[in-house]
Amino acid sequence: MARVLMKGTEAIAEAAIQAGCKYFFGYPITPQNEIPEYMSAKLPKIGGAYVQAESEVAAINMVMGGGATGTKIMTSSSSPGISLMSEGLSYIAGCEIPAVIVNVMRAGPGLGGILPAQGDYFQATKGGGNGDYRLLVLAPSTLQEAVDLTQLAFDLAFKYRNPVMILADGFMGQMMEAVEIKEYKGQDYDVVPWALGNMEKRGKRTILKSLYLDPGDLEHHNIKLNEKYKKMQEEEVRYEEFYADDADVLIAAFGTTARIAKSAIVNLRKEGKKVGMVRPITLFPFPYDVIKERASKAKHVLVMEMNMGQMLEDVKLAVGERTPVSFFGHAGGISHSVKEIEEKIREIL
Amino acid sequence: MKETKIYERPKSWKKGVHTHYCPGCGHGITHRILCEVIDELGIQEKTIGIAPVGCAAMMYDYIDVDFCEAAHGRAPALATGLKRTRPDQVVFTYQGDGDLASIGTAEIVHVANRGEKITTIFINNAIYGMTGGQMAPTTLVGQRATTCPEGRDPNLAGYPMRMCELLATLKTPAYIARVSVAQPKYIIEAKKAIKKAFEYQISGKGYSFVEVLSNCPTNWGMQPVKAFEWTVSAMMPYYPLGVFKDFDKEAE
Repeated sequence: MARVLMKGTEAIAEAAIQAGCKYFFGYPITPQNEIPEYMSAKLPKIGGAYVQAESEVAAINMVMGGGATGTKIMTSSSSPGISLMSEGLSYIAGCEIPAVIVNVMRAGPGLGGILPAQGDYFQATKGGGNGDYRLLVLAPSTLQEAVDLTQLAFDLAFKYRNPVMILADGFMGQMMEAVEIKEYKGQDYDVVPWALGNMEKRGKRTILKSLYLDPGDLEHHNIKLNEKYKKMQEEEVRYEEFYADDADVLIAAFGTTARIAKSAIVNLRKEGKKVGMVRPITLFPFPYDVIKERASKAKHVLVMEMNMGQMLEDVKLAVGERTPVSFFGHAGGISHSVKEIEEKIREIL
Repeated sequence: MKETKIYERPKSWKKGVHTHYCPGCGHGITHRILCEVIDELGIQEKTIGIAPVGCAAMMYDYIDVDFCEAAHGRAPALATGLKRTRPDQVVFTYQGDGDLASIGTAEIVHVANRGEKITTIFINNAIYGMTGGQMAPTTLVGQRATTCPEGRDPNLAGYPMRMCELLATLKTPAYIARVSVAQPKYIIEAKKAIKKAFEYQISGKGYSFVEVLSNCPTNWGMQPVKAFEWTVSAMMPYYPLGVFKDFDKEAE
């Protein structure tokens, strides 16, 4: 497929289809409605199914059921809808079922507004649902990256038998950009040993559950899950460095905010100002090590997010007391302008 | 002398296990019927059960088919995902009255209305069993529970919900029936209904729903025999047995 101009939501949907996803369960919510619309038109034609659920609560449980048979499954929603899915996400993680969830973030809290924001960082990376579980969280910064990460998400979901979230701010969903969407075969994971519906092949039945009434068994289950999360931290950390190696001011930002910051960095570099950035691509697992390393040589770390300071906490954990960390945020659907970022950095320098 | 076997463990009942259910509880009977139906239809290796939240959460310890647990009330949605991705499998949910008629009301109405080709076994014992006897949406007027110690007051809690009748207002479902396991004659009918429900799923007729009037001797505070008498004397007048929707009859 050649490069074509596509809207972010539709590019994500097509990327999923090209990665072999034939089933989608979802519920309408702005600003991501083009994903279920696209899926409802395409999936029945390729032998799959689209189901419009009665709620996000039901949608995520349909996803759980579809994932439980070892099938590539996706749903998408936006912030308040993801809140409703949190119960299901905890069960999916607890039962170790692969699934891909797209969150096209809008501004909160509550009903908030429909404009882009990054206010669900905590919800995505620190929980949302009950108990000790983790989502793999991928944050695209361009539409091509949204395409690539969506396809990667299916591999990761099956590799770890864990839900993977594409955490895209509203810009990623609503803007248009040229993208190339290739057919993505991905890794072959044998699902017969664990997936439902294979009793005949396996010769015995299987159970997917998170209920362990014996405390010893439940602790064992938690330890096993935690080992998986540790493996993600060892093997799946992804980030981009942008003029980070000699930066006096090191920016940490993700998604669209990072993309805006790049323009400011390019402009300031022309003035000879040493500004750079580390952009986390995986928000969980978080790239603590590279931020720690780059921050140790910088004079100042500036965290920018379209929220009131959430990833800030992880950056502070990485940096410690070695380098001052400050925060520059916007919320409510307002994004940073290149000019104000430049001004902010001039103040710091 | 020729030996005639009149009782044996169903093949799909796990060998050597005994249930954790209280003496006289209707879950055991219903589980056994379910196993007999699975055996008679020869579908053990292609059946996926959805275990509920409640006393039957560990039904997979007794019934030897593939199982997935569901969050409280969500079994019908989970079943939808299972069946849509594996239409060759036979999928059933097994839900109590708190699960199905309270927290999962949206899910049950919509699974029925979409006509998902799955089967629901709905255990109505007019109370929350596992959590210790709280009022259910099906608790009878005047019936005492730990959260309505003076008895259910319809002015405060409304009248008990009749789920068969409610779902039968929908055009889509293929089979809706209410049975009981309170006496042997009812058990025979219950088995027939459950078998028919599975047959309707297998032949692709659509969604099938069987409500089973059961009991809860422990939380009702009754001896098992008395409890089943109460199912007949108190529950049946309000929850009449019968078939509320039948695809085949409608087609005639």
